[in-house]
Amino acid sequence: MNQAAPILETGSRDARLDQIVKLAVMAVGGQGGGVLNGWIVRLAERNGYVAQATSVAGVAQRTGATIYYVEMMPDTGKQPVFALAPAEGDVDILIAAEMMEAGRAIMRGFVTPDRTLLIASTHRALAVSEKIVPGSGIADAAEVRRAAEKAAKDFIAFDMDRMAEEAGTVISASLFGALAGSGALPFDVESYRETIRESGRGVEASLRAFEAAREAAEARRQETEPAEAPKPPEAKVAGPKALVGEWERLVARADALPGEEAQRLARAGLKKVVDYQDLAYGAAYMDRVEAAAARDARAGGAEQGHAFTANAAKYLANAMAYDDIIRVADLKTRAPRTARIDKEMRKGDEHLIRVTEYVHPGAAEFVSLMPAGLGRWVEARPKVWRGIDRLVNRGRRIRSDRVLGFLMFYTLGGLRRWRRRLLRHQVEEAHWTEWLEAAEARLPRDYALAVETLKARRLIKGYSDTHKRGLNKYDKVMSGIALVEGREDAADWANRLIQAALKDPEGKALEDALQTVRSFTTAGAA
Amino acid sequence: MAERSFKKEVEQLRIGAGETFRGEGILGITKALLENGVGYVGGYQGAPISHLMDVLADAEELMAELGIRFEANANEASAAAMLAASVHYPIRGAVTFKAPVGTNVASDALANLASGGVTGGALIIVGEDYGEGSSIMQERSHPYAMKSQIWLLDPRPNLPSITQAVRHGFELSEASNTPVMLMVRIRSCHVHGAFEAKDNVPPPLTVKEALSNPQRRTDRIVLPPYSYIHEQEKVNERLPNALAYIREHGLNEFFGPKHGKVGIAMQGGMYNGVVRALQRLGLADLHGESDIPLYVMNVGYPIVEDEFLEFCEGKESVLVVEEGAPDYIEQALRAALHKAGKPTQLMGKGPFPMAGELTGRVMFEGIEGFLREVAPEMLRAQNRAPNEPQEGQEIPDLSKTVPVRPPGFCTGCPERPIFAAMKLVEEEKGKHQISADIGCHLFSINAPFEIGGTTMGYGLGPASNGAFDGGGEKRPIAIVGDGGFWHNGLTSGIGNQVFNKSDGVTIVVDNYYSAATGGQDILSSRADNPTKDTQHPITKAVEGMGVKWVRQIDRTYDVNKMRDTLKEALETDTEGPKVIVASSECMLNRQRRERPLRAKAIKEGRRVERPKFGVDEDVCTGDHACMRLSGCPSLTLKMPDDPLRDDPIAHIDQSCVGCGNCGEVADAAVLCPSFYEARIVHNPGGLERWLDRMRKSVIGWFQSRRAAKRLVWEEPA
Repeated sequence: MNQAAPILETGSRDARLDQIVKLAVMAVGGQGGGVLNGWIVRLAERNGYVAQATSVAGVAQRTGATIYYVEMMPDTGKQPVFALAPAEGDVDILIAAEMMEAGRAIMRGFVTPDRTLLIASTHRALAVSEKIVPGSGIADAAEVRRAAEKAAKDFIAFDMDRMAEEAGTVISASLFGALAGSGALPFDVESYRETIRESGRGVEASLRAFEAAREAAEARRQETEPAEAPKPPEAKVAGPKALVGEWERLVARADALPGEEAQRLARAGLKKVVDYQDLAYGAAYMDRVEAAAARDARAGGAEQGHAFTANAAKYLANAMAYDDIIRVADLKTRAPRTARIDKEMRKGDEHLIRVTEYVHPGAAEFVSLMPAGLGRWVEARPKVWRGIDRLVNRGRRIRSDRVLGFLMFYTLGGLRRWRRRLLRHQVEEAHWTEWLEAAEARLPRDYALAVETLKARRLIKGYSDTHKRGLNKYDKVMSGIALVEGREDAADWANRLIQAALKDPEGKALEDALQTVRSFTTAGAA
Repeated sequence: MAERSFKKEVEQLRIGAGETFRGEGILGITKALLENGVGYVGGYQGAPISHLMDVLADAEELMAELGIRFEANANEASAAAMLAASVHYPIRGAVTFKAPVGTNVASDALANLASGGVTGGALIIVGEDYGEGSSIMQERSHPYAMKSQIWLLDPRPNLPSITQAVRHGFELSEASNTPVMLMVRIRSCHVHGAFEAKDNVPPPLTVKEALSNPQRRTDRIVLPPYSYIHEQEKVNERLPNALAYIREHGLNEFFGPKHGKVGIAMQGGMYNGVVRALQRLGLADLHGESDIPLYVMNVGYPIVEDEFLEFCEGKESVLVVEEGAPDYIEQALRAALHKAGKPTQLMGKGPFPMAGELTGRVMFEGIEGFLREVAPEMLRAQNRAPNEPQEGQEIPDLSKTVPVRPPGFCTGCPERPIFAAMKLVEEEKGKHQISADIGCHLFSINAPFEIGGTTMGYGLGPASNGAFDGGGEKRPIAIVGDGGFWHNGLTSGIGNQVFNKSDGVTIVVDNYYSAATGGQDILSSRADNPTKDTQHPITKAVEGMGVKWVRQIDRTYDVNKMRDTLKEALETDTEGPKVIVASSECMLNRQRRERPLRAKAIKEGRRVERPKFGVDEDVCTGDHACMRLSGCPSLTLKMPDDPLRDDPIAHIDQSCVGCGNCGEVADAAVLCPSFYEARIVHNPGGLERWLDRMRKSVIGWFQSRRAAKRLVWEEPA
């Protein structure tokens, strides 16, 4: 049978197909991708285009990743056949309403070097899996940026979420602005504005965000990292003259340490411990850091960039400024905190702010506040302990904007004066002394391992049960480090143990890592 | 109150002949129902046809004017059963639900309906929840149509085709006395488009009128001996009648040249995808004019064999484009060719993968692969011998970088604290056997909660613990939502537990709505609904079923109470099932309801408090224990501006609605004292202002007293 005459010359595509603009929006459910989708359709229709939009509703909208898709072309009076979903390698404009969604679009093949303009907001909406890691589980946006630079034909990226927030609206407005500014659609800017105006809700704020993003996109801004505030200069100190003088002498000691990094960390550490306790405490801190620096120098620290001193300065400050009730109460009763809350709540003069603190101290916290002798006496008597626990252990909600509630915290904060005589302090001091000594003991034999030993301190954080768990992990890591001590790759293993401990709260990864360590360190003995 | 209101769009349903209708697929379907004299409509919500139910609910007034009855059915089975009205009466009826889960639930009624057959046109509009964005097991509705002999329409995904399918559906149903299923896929439900409208037509016989003049025909009832006769009737009368109607009215369509070496047969729903692939291959133009003969099967079942054989005439190879597994259509077409002894080669799964959605790439590669094998001369040189694109650099693999982002609880969701409490119980008493259910609460399966085992079907959470309900050292726990509870959980779950003296614990998650499907009202909804009777407490129903141990929790955010109640349920000596009804309003709906009211109140100068939570940066140690009991989108992380710290700390962003979960969890789990709740007071009274000033001056005095005696670092502004 005869083949009918072909519609198209063999080997050619219908050139009119190139007039179809294929645009996909990848968003996180709840970001308002639907609004943007609707705007784009109306914008197209306003400009004499036919457009078809689809979306996937349903549970994907509940904070999950979701895709909207639009195809459009000039209206010729005859309906073209549009696709209902984006195809890999066949997307002209991809709008990612979040940085990792840009990454997802690239992974799915929707961003290709031959045709795709990628408009991405660089802010991050963290996925649950990133948030629940005890250490830092945040995905690396720089990797996505590198991929985007290769995958996209044109790449526009800046923090459109912050822009929207500053304008008092949501990201759909700034995304729409970026689309306008990109010039990828042959529509004049006024028709975008008209589209926003027509929608009728929150028009002013939307237009503000729209213009800001449009200008940034027109300038082809590529702030591939979320805009970071410039590093603030180190805070200025104020206070009674005598104290300031003494403070400056301490700072001079910090500045006399070898190595810039060590100096920087020691200054920060000094500020932390002095703020935590007093200048005498700062002097004690400096004594200890200087002692560590001296040992560091003897162990050839100069070749190692004085890493031991720097880490000692960093982690000793954290150890000495341990988290106790006194510190919490002190921090919660300072004037700058009130100002910070006001700012965060966007308080105007016409508003008032009520602040409720959620605290839940138990017997452990209470007893640790006792003078060391009394505390030890109680600790030795479980019955007394349980009685105290029954008395104090419950969740308390305290209104710190009221005088009584405030005074409660204020009084607790005032216990600072006696802190060094309290049980908790003795426990902590013994602990960090032991830790520092263990690290210093390793210095002459294995510099890197000594540094890792210092870093293990990072595992101790949190309050009550979390703190206990942290201590437990720390102990396990320290015992693991003891096992590998003497090996060539000991520091490497120590680092692996620390990283494993930060992976999950139960310490499963750490247990596995320890198992491995045991398998090669004790195998011969067994 | 549904998540989305169609009040404005529904006005368009009134337009008549000569006007153009513009809108979403579901809206078009509703308009087509009105144009075709439907007498009653019903259904059960669920993606992708949730919005169809919302449209119908919003159009209730208009339908009442036309004498059309609308019923929001209890579940899909009752929706399908409602079509019984079309068995004896010449009244057109349509129901809608999500498929294939809805078809599963409805299968009893559907089978009975199909057996006796119908007099009035009966249309079952199924929203096929398949492929990307689907929330259910990946199956097809197709076999349901086949096994009960219900005709299955699968129109091309554009509004004119879909709305025409509604008309043909009714007519085909009446011509063959068989119910008809109209299948619409996720994206065609939400596709925007336009079609030429017609006038709305009131039903020739309304259900009200029918009530005054009851009719019955014994031979239409599924009872022996008639049921045996029905089976014969199906194949000897109804099927031939249907095939005749389909042929006569050209329900299946042909595009492109009549003859050719190769051809493509496809499900109607696949048409746009096929054309796009052909366009990309240079084999179809902008408007879908194709170089390859296309056979578009807008009727998925039954197959019109002779029509297909004619299409195959003279063709060496034909490709079948069929989405999902098993390949029912391909098998049927293969059998037809085989029976007719035709030499045409048939390909389908092969060029196409055995299972999975036919996305743009799969479609392109499938058709290209088919042509490369059977008609390479039709392909452009570059497609014939494809080279991997070498230009440019390799794009880095991001699969290890980009985190998965499954759906989860919204900001402020009242279900979050329920699962935080369950997690705390788990930490204390060990893991339990937990069966989950369908609904928002199913998100507890994912991180951070990772609670709940199976999900066996909507409302079947309690029933799926049946094997464990005899008791043991630890009690099994079942979860069911209020939607699932009323869908069938009350009888299949609770009633059954009472009857079998179950020892298990059931948590009914009551968020005042059928929330996962878009916030539709149900029996226990707290809202006043002008057309529905609401505010029927779940506890009363449970007690009525005979449960002795029932606890009502009116604020799920009270994590301590939630935890203690669950512990009590696991420990109590009371025999029989233990039921906890945990109630708090869906935050999405609550915000939608309250936000405008709040804005209005603030504007009018009334006193309003708005809560938001915060984290004291210096107090937070960055261990993220709070995250592991939350997963709230507004509770996130940020890097502190402190060189001494290694790990990011908790941070609450502006989207926080102040639900209280953070503080409650910190308290119940004894986490840390970094959370605070700040309430901003709009329009405070004079006395309140004065009191605040007094407090501020006292507090300020103390603050400066202490600050004066120590060093203070002035943070640069």
